[in-house]
Amino acid sequence: MVDASLKRPLSFDVNGKTVNVDVAPMARLLDVLREDLHLTGAKEGCGEGECGACAVIVDDKLVNSCLIPALQARGASVRTIEGVAKGDVLHDVQKAFLTWGGAQCGICTPGMVLAAVSLLEKNPKPTEQDVRVALAGNLCRCTGYMKIFESVLKACETAMARESASEAAR
Amino acid sequence: MKPFAYSRETGLDHALARGKEDGVRYLAGGTTLIDLMRLGVEEPSTVVDLRALPLRDIKADGDGVQIGALATNTEVAYHPLIAKAYPVLSEALLSGASPQLRNMASVGGNLLQRTRCSYFRDPSSPCNKRMAGSGCPALDGYNRSNAILGVSSSCIATHPSDMAVALLALDAVVHVRGGGGERAVPMGDFHVAPGSTPAVETALQKGEIITHVTVPASPFAQRSHYVKVRDRASYAFALSSAAVALDVSGGVVKSARVVLGGVATKPWRATEAEAELVGKPPTSMSFDAAGAAAVRGAVPRTHNAFKVELAKRTVARALRDLVGKA
Ligand SMILES: Cc1cc2nc3c(=O)[nH]c(=O)nc-3n(C[C@H](O)[C@H](O)[C@H](O)COP(=O)(O)OP(=O)(O)OC[C@H]3O[C@@H](n4cnc5c(N)ncnc54)[C@H](O)[C@@H]3O)c2cc1C
Ligand code: SF4
Ligand code: FES
Ligand code: FES
Repeated sequence: MVDASLKRPLSFDVNGKTVNVDVAPMARLLDVLREDLHLTGAKEGCGEGECGACAVIVDDKLVNSCLIPALQARGASVRTIEGVAKGDVLHDVQKAFLTWGGAQCGICTPGMVLAAVSLLEKNPKPTEQDVRVALAGNLCRCTGYMKIFESVLKACETAMARESASEAAR
Repeated sequence: MKPFAYSRETGLDHALARGKEDGVRYLAGGTTLIDLMRLGVEEPSTVVDLRALPLRDIKADGDGVQIGALATNTEVAYHPLIAKAYPVLSEALLSGASPQLRNMASVGGNLLQRTRCSYFRDPSSPCNKRMAGSGCPALDGYNRSNAILGVSSSCIATHPSDMAVALLALDAVVHVRGGGGERAVPMGDFHVAPGSTPAVETALQKGEIITHVTVPASPFAQRSHYVKVRDRASYAFALSSAAVALDVSGGVVKSARVVLGGVATKPWRATEAEAELVGKPPTSMSFDAAGAAAVRGAVPRTHNAFKVELAKRTVARALRDLVGKA
Protein backbone atom coordinates (compact mmCIF):
# COMPACT_ATOMS: atom_id res chain seq x y z
CA MET A 1 0.00 0.00 0.00
CA VAL A 2 1.01 3.55 -0.58
CA ASP A 3 2.05 5.46 2.51
CA ALA A 4 -0.81 7.92 2.99
CA SER A 5 1.64 10.67 3.88
CA LEU A 6 2.91 10.55 0.30
CA LYS A 7 -0.52 11.44 -1.04
CA ARG A 8 -0.94 14.92 -2.41
CA PRO A 9 -4.03 17.03 -3.03
CA LEU A 10 -4.92 17.49 -6.66
CA SER A 11 -7.49 19.82 -8.15
CA PHE A 12 -8.47 19.95 -11.80
CA ASP A 13 -11.54 20.25 -14.00
CA VAL A 14 -13.20 17.19 -15.43
CA ASN A 15 -15.96 17.66 -17.96
CA GLY A 16 -16.53 21.20 -16.73
CA LYS A 17 -16.60 20.45 -12.99
CA THR A 18 -13.77 21.07 -10.56
CA VAL A 19 -12.72 17.97 -8.66
CA ASN A 20 -10.47 17.61 -5.61
CA VAL A 21 -8.79 14.31 -4.82
CA ASP A 22 -5.81 13.10 -2.81
CA VAL A 23 -3.56 11.08 -5.04
CA ALA A 24 -0.41 9.03 -4.67
CA PRO A 25 2.45 10.57 -6.63
CA MET A 26 2.75 7.56 -8.88
CA ALA A 27 -0.93 7.50 -9.74
CA ARG A 28 -1.54 8.11 -13.40
CA LEU A 29 -4.29 10.36 -14.67
CA LEU A 30 -5.97 7.18 -15.94
CA ASP A 31 -5.98 5.70 -12.40
CA VAL A 32 -7.50 8.82 -10.88
CA LEU A 33 -10.19 9.05 -13.54
CA ARG A 34 -11.15 5.41 -13.19
CA GLU A 35 -10.54 4.63 -9.51
CA ASP A 36 -11.18 7.90 -7.73
CA LEU A 37 -13.66 9.60 -10.02
CA HIS A 38 -15.34 6.42 -11.32
CA LEU A 39 -15.13 7.66 -14.88
CA THR A 40 -14.46 4.26 -16.37
CA GLY A 41 -14.93 5.19 -20.02
CA ALA A 42 -11.18 5.55 -20.51
CA LYS A 43 -9.71 2.05 -20.63
CA GLU A 44 -6.31 0.62 -19.94
CA GLY A 45 -5.43 -1.38 -23.02
CA CYS A 46 -1.66 -1.49 -22.93
CA GLY A 47 -0.47 1.00 -20.34
CA GLU A 48 2.38 2.06 -22.57
CA GLY A 49 1.11 4.47 -25.18
CA GLU A 50 0.50 1.87 -27.88
CA CYS A 51 -3.27 1.54 -28.07
CA GLY A 52 -5.10 4.81 -27.37
CA ALA A 53 -7.85 3.18 -25.30
CA CYS A 54 -6.98 5.56 -22.45
CA ALA A 55 -7.21 8.71 -24.59
CA VAL A 56 -8.66 11.84 -23.00
CA ILE A 57 -8.52 15.49 -23.99
CA VAL A 58 -6.37 17.63 -21.69
CA ASP A 59 -6.38 21.38 -22.35
CA ASP A 60 -7.75 20.77 -25.83
CA LYS A 61 -5.18 18.16 -26.74
CA LEU A 62 -5.75 14.48 -27.21
CA VAL A 63 -3.34 12.57 -24.95
CA ASN A 64 -2.82 9.10 -23.48
CA SER A 65 -3.84 9.23 -19.82
CA CYS A 66 -1.82 6.10 -19.06
CA LEU A 67 1.43 8.06 -19.48
CA ILE A 68 0.47 11.15 -17.50
CA PRO A 69 1.28 11.37 -13.81
CA ALA A 70 -1.96 12.53 -12.24
CA LEU A 71 -0.19 15.36 -10.44
CA GLN A 72 0.82 16.79 -13.78
CA ALA A 73 -2.88 17.47 -14.42
CA ARG A 74 -3.05 20.02 -11.62
CA GLY A 75 -5.17 22.95 -12.84
CA ALA A 76 -5.80 21.32 -16.19
CA SER A 77 -9.10 20.97 -17.95
CA VAL A 78 -9.82 17.34 -18.79
CA ARG A 79 -12.53 15.99 -21.05
CA THR A 80 -13.39 12.32 -20.99
CA ILE A 81 -15.85 10.30 -23.04
CA GLU A 82 -18.40 10.86 -20.25
CA GLY A 83 -18.41 14.57 -21.12
CA VAL A 84 -18.90 14.23 -24.87
CA ALA A 85 -22.70 13.87 -24.95
CA LYS A 86 -24.76 16.85 -23.84
CA GLY A 87 -27.03 15.28 -21.22
CA ASP A 88 -29.02 12.66 -23.10
CA VAL A 89 -28.15 14.05 -26.51
CA LEU A 90 -25.32 12.13 -28.10
CA HIS A 91 -22.56 13.86 -30.04
CA ASP A 92 -22.74 13.47 -33.84
CA VAL A 93 -19.72 11.19 -33.67
CA GLN A 94 -21.36 8.94 -31.09
CA LYS A 95 -24.57 8.74 -33.13
CA ALA A 96 -22.62 7.92 -36.26
CA PHE A 97 -20.67 5.15 -34.51
CA LEU A 98 -24.00 3.62 -33.45
CA THR A 99 -25.60 3.97 -36.85
CA TRP A 100 -22.69 3.00 -39.07
CA GLY A 101 -21.19 0.15 -37.09
CA GLY A 102 -18.17 2.02 -35.74
CA ALA A 103 -18.30 0.08 -32.48
CA GLN A 104 -18.28 -3.64 -31.85
CA CYS A 105 -16.88 -4.79 -28.51
CA GLY A 106 -16.51 -1.17 -27.47
CA ILE A 107 -13.11 -1.28 -25.78
CA CYS A 108 -11.51 1.11 -28.25
CA THR A 109 -14.64 3.21 -28.74
CA PRO A 110 -14.17 5.90 -26.05
CA GLY A 111 -10.67 6.62 -27.36
CA MET A 112 -11.77 6.51 -30.99
CA VAL A 113 -14.68 8.86 -30.35
CA LEU A 114 -12.48 11.32 -28.47
CA ALA A 115 -9.85 11.20 -31.21
CA ALA A 116 -12.56 11.91 -33.76
CA VAL A 117 -14.15 14.69 -31.68
CA SER A 118 -10.74 16.25 -31.21
CA LEU A 119 -10.10 16.12 -34.96
CA LEU A 120 -13.47 17.61 -35.90
CA GLU A 121 -13.06 20.48 -33.47
CA LYS A 122 -9.86 21.45 -35.25
CA ASN A 123 -10.81 20.42 -38.75
CA PRO A 124 -14.57 20.18 -39.39
CA LYS A 125 -14.10 18.96 -42.97
CA PRO A 126 -11.44 16.27 -42.85
CA THR A 127 -10.59 14.02 -45.76
CA GLU A 128 -10.49 10.28 -45.19
CA GLN A 129 -6.71 10.58 -45.06
CA ASP A 130 -7.01 13.22 -42.30
CA VAL A 131 -9.26 10.84 -40.37
CA ARG A 132 -6.80 7.98 -40.79
CA VAL A 133 -3.94 10.13 -39.51
CA ALA A 134 -5.93 11.48 -36.57
CA LEU A 135 -6.97 7.99 -35.48
CA ALA A 136 -3.58 6.36 -36.08
CA GLY A 137 -2.86 6.14 -32.36
CA ASN A 138 -6.01 4.14 -31.61
CA LEU A 139 -6.00 0.40 -32.12
CA CYS A 140 -9.12 -1.64 -32.77
CA ARG A 141 -9.18 -5.43 -32.71
CA CYS A 142 -12.73 -5.80 -34.02
CA THR A 143 -13.91 -3.51 -36.77
CA GLY A 144 -11.06 -3.51 -39.26
CA TYR A 145 -11.20 0.32 -39.06
CA MET A 146 -13.18 0.95 -42.25
CA LYS A 147 -16.48 1.33 -40.42
CA ILE A 148 -14.83 3.63 -37.94
CA PHE A 149 -13.48 5.92 -40.66
CA GLU A 150 -16.87 5.83 -42.34
CA SER A 151 -18.63 6.74 -39.09
CA VAL A 152 -16.40 9.76 -38.57
CA LEU A 153 -16.98 10.97 -42.13
CA LYS A 154 -20.74 10.46 -41.73
CA ALA A 155 -20.64 12.51 -38.54
CA CYS A 156 -19.06 15.37 -40.51
CA GLU A 157 -21.78 15.12 -43.14
CA THR A 158 -24.45 15.32 -40.45
CA ALA A 159 -22.80 18.36 -38.89
CA MET A 160 -22.43 20.07 -42.25
CA ALA A 161 -26.01 19.29 -43.29
CA ARG A 162 -27.27 20.76 -40.03
CA GLU A 163 -25.15 23.85 -40.52
CA SER A 164 -26.40 24.53 -44.02
CA ALA A 165 -30.00 23.87 -42.90
CA SER A 166 -29.66 26.41 -40.11
CA GLU A 167 -28.08 28.88 -42.52
CA ALA A 168 -30.97 28.37 -44.97
CA ALA A 169 -33.46 28.98 -42.16
CA ARG A 170 -31.85 32.33 -41.36
CA MET B 1 5.60 1.54 -10.04
CA LYS B 2 8.00 2.31 -7.19
CA PRO B 3 6.79 5.23 -5.07
CA PHE B 4 8.41 8.56 -5.87
CA ALA B 5 8.05 12.18 -4.94
CA TYR B 6 6.79 14.66 -7.50
CA SER B 7 7.53 18.35 -7.77
CA ARG B 8 6.83 20.93 -10.39
CA GLU B 9 9.41 23.67 -10.89
CA THR B 10 8.66 27.01 -12.52
CA GLY B 11 12.18 28.49 -12.56
CA LEU B 12 15.16 27.10 -14.44
CA ASP B 13 17.63 27.71 -11.60
CA HIS B 14 15.46 25.89 -9.08
CA ALA B 15 15.02 22.99 -11.44
CA LEU B 16 18.78 22.81 -12.04
CA ALA B 17 19.42 22.77 -8.28
CA ARG B 18 16.97 19.88 -7.87
CA GLY B 19 18.56 18.03 -10.78
CA LYS B 20 21.86 17.68 -8.91
CA GLU B 21 20.24 15.61 -6.16
CA ASP B 22 20.53 11.84 -6.21
CA GLY B 23 17.68 9.86 -7.67
CA VAL B 24 16.12 12.82 -9.47
CA ARG B 25 14.74 12.56 -12.98
CA TYR B 26 13.34 15.42 -15.00
CA LEU B 27 9.92 14.95 -16.54
CA ALA B 28 8.63 16.57 -19.71
CA GLY B 29 5.96 14.76 -21.74
CA GLY B 30 6.53 11.55 -19.78
CA THR B 31 6.13 9.28 -22.78
CA THR B 32 9.55 7.75 -22.26
CA LEU B 33 10.03 8.21 -18.53
CA ILE B 34 6.62 7.07 -17.25
CA ASP B 35 6.72 4.08 -19.59
CA LEU B 36 10.15 3.03 -18.28
CA MET B 37 9.11 3.62 -14.68
CA ARG B 38 6.13 1.36 -15.16
CA LEU B 39 8.44 -1.32 -16.54
CA GLY B 40 10.83 -0.87 -13.62
CA VAL B 41 13.70 0.18 -15.89
CA GLU B 42 13.77 3.67 -14.34
CA GLU B 43 13.26 4.00 -10.59
CA PRO B 44 13.74 7.65 -9.63
CA SER B 45 13.02 8.67 -6.05
CA THR B 46 11.96 12.14 -7.22
CA VAL B 47 10.46 13.33 -10.46
CA VAL B 48 10.94 17.02 -11.21
CA ASP B 49 8.36 18.22 -13.71
CA LEU B 50 9.84 20.75 -16.13
CA ARG B 51 6.70 21.49 -18.09
CA ALA B 52 5.99 24.80 -16.36
CA LEU B 53 9.39 26.22 -17.38
CA PRO B 54 9.26 28.92 -20.05
CA LEU B 55 11.01 26.79 -22.67
CA ARG B 56 8.25 26.29 -25.15
CA ASP B 57 8.67 29.02 -27.77
CA ILE B 58 9.39 28.36 -31.41
CA LYS B 59 10.77 31.51 -32.99
CA ALA B 60 12.98 32.92 -35.73
CA ASP B 61 16.67 33.08 -34.82
CA GLY B 62 18.57 35.11 -37.39
CA ASP B 63 17.90 33.25 -40.63
CA GLY B 64 17.28 30.04 -38.73
CA VAL B 65 14.88 28.93 -36.04
CA GLN B 66 15.01 28.35 -32.32
CA ILE B 67 12.88 25.60 -30.80
CA GLY B 68 12.21 25.47 -27.06
CA ALA B 69 12.97 22.13 -25.42
CA LEU B 70 9.43 21.85 -24.10
CA ALA B 71 7.71 22.53 -27.42
CA THR B 72 5.69 19.44 -28.24
CA ASN B 73 6.43 17.32 -31.27
CA THR B 74 3.04 18.37 -32.67
CA GLU B 75 3.77 22.08 -32.20
CA VAL B 76 7.11 21.76 -33.98
CA ALA B 77 5.85 19.60 -36.84
CA TYR B 78 3.07 21.99 -37.84
CA HIS B 79 4.80 25.27 -37.06
CA PRO B 80 4.86 27.62 -40.08
CA LEU B 81 8.56 28.40 -39.53
CA ILE B 82 9.36 24.70 -39.75
CA ALA B 83 6.95 22.94 -42.08
CA LYS B 84 8.03 25.04 -45.08
CA ALA B 85 11.69 25.74 -44.42
CA TYR B 86 12.65 22.38 -42.91
CA PRO B 87 10.40 19.73 -44.47
CA VAL B 88 12.64 16.88 -43.29
CA LEU B 89 12.01 17.86 -39.67
CA SER B 90 8.22 17.99 -40.00
CA GLU B 91 8.15 14.75 -41.93
CA ALA B 92 10.35 12.97 -39.39
CA LEU B 93 8.23 14.15 -36.47
CA LEU B 94 4.96 13.21 -38.13
CA SER B 95 6.31 9.76 -38.96
CA GLY B 96 6.90 9.11 -35.26
CA ALA B 97 4.57 7.70 -32.61
CA SER B 98 0.87 8.69 -32.75
CA PRO B 99 -1.05 11.98 -32.64
CA GLN B 100 -1.71 11.58 -28.90
CA LEU B 101 1.93 10.86 -28.14
CA ARG B 102 3.16 13.73 -30.31
CA ASN B 103 0.85 16.06 -28.36
CA MET B 104 2.68 15.05 -25.19
CA ALA B 105 6.26 14.38 -26.34
CA SER B 106 8.72 17.29 -26.10
CA VAL B 107 11.77 18.12 -28.19
CA GLY B 108 14.15 17.65 -25.25
CA GLY B 109 12.56 14.34 -24.27
CA ASN B 110 12.62 13.13 -27.85
CA LEU B 111 16.40 13.66 -28.01
CA LEU B 112 16.78 11.74 -24.75
CA GLN B 113 14.36 8.88 -25.42
CA ARG B 114 15.81 5.46 -24.70
CA THR B 115 16.32 2.49 -26.96
CA ARG B 116 13.50 0.06 -27.66
CA CYS B 117 15.87 -2.95 -27.36
CA SER B 118 13.61 -5.53 -25.72
CA TYR B 119 16.32 -6.73 -23.32
CA PHE B 120 16.87 -3.17 -22.14
CA ARG B 121 13.15 -2.83 -21.46
CA ASP B 122 13.01 -6.04 -19.41
CA PRO B 123 14.58 -5.51 -15.97
CA SER B 124 14.85 -9.28 -15.41
CA SER B 125 17.27 -9.60 -18.33
CA PRO B 126 20.96 -8.73 -18.34
CA CYS B 127 21.83 -5.62 -20.35
CA ASN B 128 25.03 -3.59 -20.31
CA LYS B 129 23.17 -0.37 -20.90
CA ARG B 130 20.89 -0.86 -17.90
CA MET B 131 23.35 -2.63 -15.63
CA ALA B 132 27.02 -2.14 -16.50
CA GLY B 133 28.92 -5.38 -16.98
CA SER B 134 25.88 -7.67 -16.95
CA GLY B 135 26.31 -8.61 -20.60
CA CYS B 136 24.49 -8.02 -23.85
CA PRO B 137 22.01 -10.78 -24.71
CA ALA B 138 21.14 -9.06 -28.00
CA LEU B 139 24.53 -9.92 -29.52
CA ASP B 140 23.59 -13.57 -29.93
CA GLY B 141 19.90 -13.36 -29.09
CA TYR B 142 16.98 -11.84 -30.91
CA ASN B 143 18.40 -8.79 -32.63
CA ARG B 144 16.09 -8.05 -35.54
CA SER B 145 15.56 -4.44 -34.52
CA ASN B 146 19.13 -3.81 -33.40
CA ALA B 147 21.86 -1.76 -35.03
CA ILE B 148 24.38 -2.56 -37.77
CA LEU B 149 26.35 0.70 -37.55
CA GLY B 150 28.18 2.27 -34.63
CA VAL B 151 27.98 -0.98 -32.69
CA SER B 152 30.40 -2.33 -30.09
CA SER B 153 30.87 -5.68 -28.39
CA SER B 154 29.05 -4.16 -25.38
CA CYS B 155 25.87 -2.92 -27.06
CA ILE B 156 24.10 -2.91 -30.43
CA ALA B 157 20.98 -0.96 -29.47
CA THR B 158 19.49 1.43 -32.02
CA HIS B 159 18.68 5.01 -31.19
CA PRO B 160 14.95 5.18 -31.90
CA SER B 161 14.35 8.89 -32.56
CA ASP B 162 13.15 10.05 -35.96
CA MET B 163 13.40 13.73 -35.05
CA ALA B 164 17.07 13.47 -34.08
CA VAL B 165 17.94 12.02 -37.49
CA ALA B 166 16.39 15.05 -39.19
CA LEU B 167 18.02 17.50 -36.77
CA LEU B 168 21.44 16.02 -37.49
CA ALA B 169 20.87 16.41 -41.22
CA LEU B 170 20.02 20.08 -40.61
CA ASP B 171 23.21 20.82 -38.60
CA ALA B 172 21.12 21.65 -35.53
CA VAL B 173 22.72 22.63 -32.22
CA VAL B 174 21.48 21.55 -28.79
CA HIS B 175 21.68 24.22 -26.07
CA VAL B 176 21.97 23.04 -22.50
CA ARG B 177 22.17 24.71 -19.10
CA GLY B 178 23.97 23.29 -16.10
CA GLY B 179 25.55 24.47 -12.89
CA GLY B 180 28.46 25.83 -14.91
CA GLY B 181 26.33 27.89 -17.28
CA GLU B 182 25.32 27.35 -20.87
CA ARG B 183 26.82 25.07 -23.49
CA ALA B 184 26.04 24.58 -27.14
CA VAL B 185 26.48 21.03 -28.41
CA PRO B 186 26.29 20.34 -32.15
CA MET B 187 23.87 17.50 -32.92
CA GLY B 188 26.79 15.45 -34.27
CA ASP B 189 28.37 15.43 -30.80
CA PHE B 190 25.18 15.15 -28.77
CA HIS B 191 24.57 11.41 -29.09
CA VAL B 192 27.50 9.06 -28.52
CA ALA B 193 28.08 5.51 -29.70
CA PRO B 194 28.08 2.85 -26.95
CA GLY B 195 31.76 1.84 -27.02
CA SER B 196 32.53 0.16 -23.71
CA THR B 197 30.10 2.38 -21.76
CA PRO B 198 26.66 1.89 -23.28
CA ALA B 199 24.96 3.61 -20.33
CA VAL B 200 26.39 6.89 -21.62
CA GLU B 201 24.17 7.90 -24.52
CA THR B 202 24.60 11.65 -24.83
CA ALA B 203 26.93 14.51 -24.00
CA LEU B 204 24.47 15.72 -21.36
CA GLN B 205 25.97 15.83 -17.86
CA LYS B 206 24.04 14.93 -14.74
CA GLY B 207 21.53 17.62 -13.84
CA GLU B 208 21.88 19.57 -17.08
CA ILE B 209 18.70 20.74 -18.79
CA ILE B 210 18.21 21.10 -22.51
CA THR B 211 16.81 24.61 -22.99
CA HIS B 212 16.42 24.79 -26.75
CA VAL B 213 17.62 23.60 -30.12
CA THR B 214 18.69 25.94 -32.90
CA VAL B 215 18.46 25.02 -36.55
CA PRO B 216 20.45 27.23 -38.89
CA ALA B 217 19.42 28.31 -42.35
CA SER B 218 21.30 26.26 -44.91
CA PRO B 219 21.33 25.98 -48.69
CA PHE B 220 19.93 22.44 -48.47
CA ALA B 221 17.35 22.77 -45.66
CA GLN B 222 14.40 23.41 -47.89
CA ARG B 223 15.21 20.60 -50.29
CA SER B 224 15.11 17.90 -47.67
CA HIS B 225 13.11 14.76 -47.07
CA TYR B 226 12.57 11.91 -44.60
CA VAL B 227 11.76 8.33 -45.49
CA LYS B 228 10.93 5.79 -42.82
CA VAL B 229 10.55 2.07 -43.36
CA ARG B 230 8.74 0.07 -40.69
CA ASP B 231 6.73 -3.08 -40.15
CA ARG B 232 3.38 -1.37 -40.59
CA ALA B 233 2.35 1.83 -42.31
CA SER B 234 1.79 3.89 -39.20
CA TYR B 235 2.80 4.04 -35.59
CA ALA B 236 5.93 1.91 -35.42
CA PHE B 237 9.60 2.58 -34.89
CA ALA B 238 11.89 2.68 -37.90
CA LEU B 239 13.56 -0.49 -39.13
CA SER B 240 15.48 1.91 -41.33
CA SER B 241 15.10 5.58 -42.12
CA ALA B 242 16.96 8.29 -43.95
CA ALA B 243 17.00 12.07 -43.71
CA VAL B 244 18.44 13.54 -46.88
CA ALA B 245 19.05 17.09 -48.05
CA LEU B 246 20.54 18.42 -51.24
CA ASP B 247 21.79 21.76 -52.48
CA VAL B 248 21.69 21.51 -56.26
CA SER B 249 22.68 24.31 -58.58
CA GLY B 250 23.59 24.29 -62.24
CA GLY B 251 22.54 20.64 -62.38
CA VAL B 252 25.22 19.61 -59.90
CA VAL B 253 25.02 18.73 -56.21
CA LYS B 254 26.92 21.41 -54.24
CA SER B 255 26.37 19.94 -50.82
CA ALA B 256 24.45 17.02 -49.36
CA ARG B 257 23.34 15.51 -46.08
CA VAL B 258 22.61 11.83 -45.62
CA VAL B 259 21.70 10.66 -42.12
CA LEU B 260 20.46 7.18 -41.22
CA GLY B 261 18.00 6.18 -38.51
CA GLY B 262 16.83 2.82 -37.21
CA VAL B 263 20.07 1.07 -38.12
CA ALA B 264 22.67 2.71 -35.90
CA THR B 265 23.41 3.22 -32.23
CA LYS B 266 22.99 6.97 -32.69
CA PRO B 267 21.64 9.18 -35.46
CA TRP B 268 24.17 8.25 -38.13
CA ARG B 269 25.66 10.77 -40.50
CA ALA B 270 26.90 8.96 -43.60
CA THR B 271 29.65 11.30 -44.81
CA GLU B 272 30.89 8.76 -47.36
CA ALA B 273 27.43 8.74 -48.90
CA GLU B 274 27.44 12.52 -49.02
CA ALA B 275 30.81 12.45 -50.78
CA GLU B 276 29.33 10.18 -53.47
CA LEU B 277 26.75 12.86 -54.26
CA VAL B 278 28.74 16.09 -54.22
CA GLY B 279 30.06 17.41 -57.52
CA LYS B 280 27.82 15.14 -59.59
CA PRO B 281 24.41 15.54 -61.18
CA PRO B 282 21.64 14.15 -58.96
CA THR B 283 20.95 10.89 -60.75
CA SER B 284 19.79 7.42 -59.76
CA MET B 285 23.31 6.17 -60.32
CA SER B 286 24.83 8.44 -57.70
CA PHE B 287 21.88 7.79 -55.38
CA ASP B 288 22.56 4.06 -55.50
CA ALA B 289 26.25 4.72 -54.96
CA ALA B 290 25.37 6.87 -51.96
CA GLY B 291 23.20 4.06 -50.57
CA ALA B 292 26.04 1.59 -50.90
CA ALA B 293 28.51 3.97 -49.29
CA ALA B 294 26.12 4.63 -46.40
CA VAL B 295 26.31 1.05 -45.14
CA ARG B 296 30.03 0.52 -45.69
CA GLY B 297 31.45 -1.06 -42.55
CA ALA B 298 28.07 -2.33 -41.35
CA VAL B 299 28.17 -5.24 -38.88
CA PRO B 300 25.06 -7.36 -39.41
CA ARG B 301 23.93 -10.06 -36.96
CA THR B 302 21.72 -13.14 -37.18
CA HIS B 303 18.33 -11.44 -37.44
CA ASN B 304 19.15 -7.97 -38.71
CA ALA B 305 21.29 -8.69 -41.78
CA PHE B 306 18.36 -7.54 -43.92
CA LYS B 307 19.00 -4.02 -42.67
CA VAL B 308 22.13 -3.67 -44.80
CA GLU B 309 20.19 -3.86 -48.04
CA LEU B 310 17.21 -2.06 -46.54
CA ALA B 311 19.27 0.94 -45.41
CA LYS B 312 20.96 1.14 -48.81
CA ARG B 313 17.62 1.26 -50.54
CA THR B 314 16.13 3.65 -48.02
CA VAL B 315 18.86 6.18 -48.80
CA ALA B 316 18.49 5.79 -52.57
CA ARG B 317 14.72 6.01 -52.36
CA ALA B 318 14.80 9.11 -50.13
CA LEU B 319 17.08 10.85 -52.64
CA ARG B 320 14.94 9.81 -55.60
CA ASP B 321 11.76 11.01 -53.87
CA LEU B 322 13.46 14.27 -52.99
CA VAL B 323 14.57 15.04 -56.51
CA GLY B 324 11.22 13.89 -57.91
CA LYS B 325 9.44 16.12 -55.39
CA ALA B 326 11.31 19.33 -56.18
C1 LIG C 1 4.13 3.73 -28.14
C2 LIG C 1 5.23 4.68 -28.49
C3 LIG C 1 5.63 4.80 -29.82
C4 LIG C 1 6.65 5.70 -30.18
N1 LIG C 1 7.04 5.79 -31.48
C5 LIG C 1 8.06 6.63 -31.82
C6 LIG C 1 8.52 6.73 -33.15
O1 LIG C 1 8.00 6.08 -34.07
N2 LIG C 1 9.55 7.57 -33.43
C7 LIG C 1 10.14 8.33 -32.44
O2 LIG C 1 11.07 9.08 -32.75
N3 LIG C 1 9.74 8.24 -31.17
C8 LIG C 1 8.72 7.41 -30.84
N4 LIG C 1 8.33 7.32 -29.53
C9 LIG C 1 9.13 7.99 -28.51
C10 LIG C 1 8.68 9.38 -28.21
O3 LIG C 1 8.99 10.22 -29.30
C11 LIG C 1 9.44 9.82 -26.96
O4 LIG C 1 8.98 9.05 -25.89
C12 LIG C 1 9.25 11.29 -26.65
O5 LIG C 1 9.74 12.09 -27.68
C13 LIG C 1 9.93 11.64 -25.36
O6 LIG C 1 9.62 12.96 -25.02
P1 LIG C 1 8.93 13.30 -23.62
O7 LIG C 1 8.82 14.77 -23.53
O8 LIG C 1 7.69 12.53 -23.43
O9 LIG C 1 10.07 12.76 -22.64
P2 LIG C 1 10.04 12.34 -21.12
O10 LIG C 1 9.57 10.95 -20.99
O11 LIG C 1 9.38 13.37 -20.29
O12 LIG C 1 11.60 12.41 -20.84
C14 LIG C 1 12.50 11.52 -21.46
C15 LIG C 1 13.87 11.69 -20.80
O13 LIG C 1 14.40 12.97 -21.09
C16 LIG C 1 14.66 13.72 -19.92
N5 LIG C 1 14.30 15.10 -20.25
C17 LIG C 1 13.15 15.51 -20.85
N6 LIG C 1 13.22 16.82 -21.14
C18 LIG C 1 14.43 17.25 -20.74
C19 LIG C 1 15.12 18.51 -20.79
N7 LIG C 1 14.55 19.59 -21.34
N8 LIG C 1 16.37 18.58 -20.29
C20 LIG C 1 16.96 17.49 -19.76
N9 LIG C 1 16.37 16.29 -19.66
C21 LIG C 1 15.12 16.17 -20.16
C22 LIG C 1 13.86 13.06 -18.83
O14 LIG C 1 14.51 13.17 -17.59
C23 LIG C 1 13.83 11.61 -19.31
O15 LIG C 1 14.96 10.93 -18.87
C24 LIG C 1 7.28 6.47 -29.17
C25 LIG C 1 6.88 6.36 -27.83
C26 LIG C 1 5.86 5.49 -27.48
C27 LIG C 1 5.44 5.40 -26.05
S1 SF4 D 1 21.96 -4.14 -27.27
FE1 SF4 D 1 22.43 -2.66 -25.67
S2 SF4 D 1 20.44 -2.23 -24.80
FE2 SF4 D 1 20.20 -4.16 -25.92
S3 SF4 D 1 20.68 -5.79 -24.44
FE3 SF4 D 1 22.59 -5.28 -25.44
S4 SF4 D 1 23.49 -3.78 -24.03
FE4 SF4 D 1 21.32 -3.84 -23.53
S1 FES E 1 -3.61 2.21 -22.27
FE1 FES E 1 -2.78 4.14 -22.77
S2 FES E 1 -2.22 3.89 -24.82
FE2 FES E 1 -2.86 1.89 -24.30
S1 FES F 1 -14.61 -2.34 -31.27
FE1 FES F 1 -13.48 -3.87 -30.23
S2 FES F 1 -11.51 -3.02 -30.18
FE2 FES F 1 -12.54 -1.67 -31.46
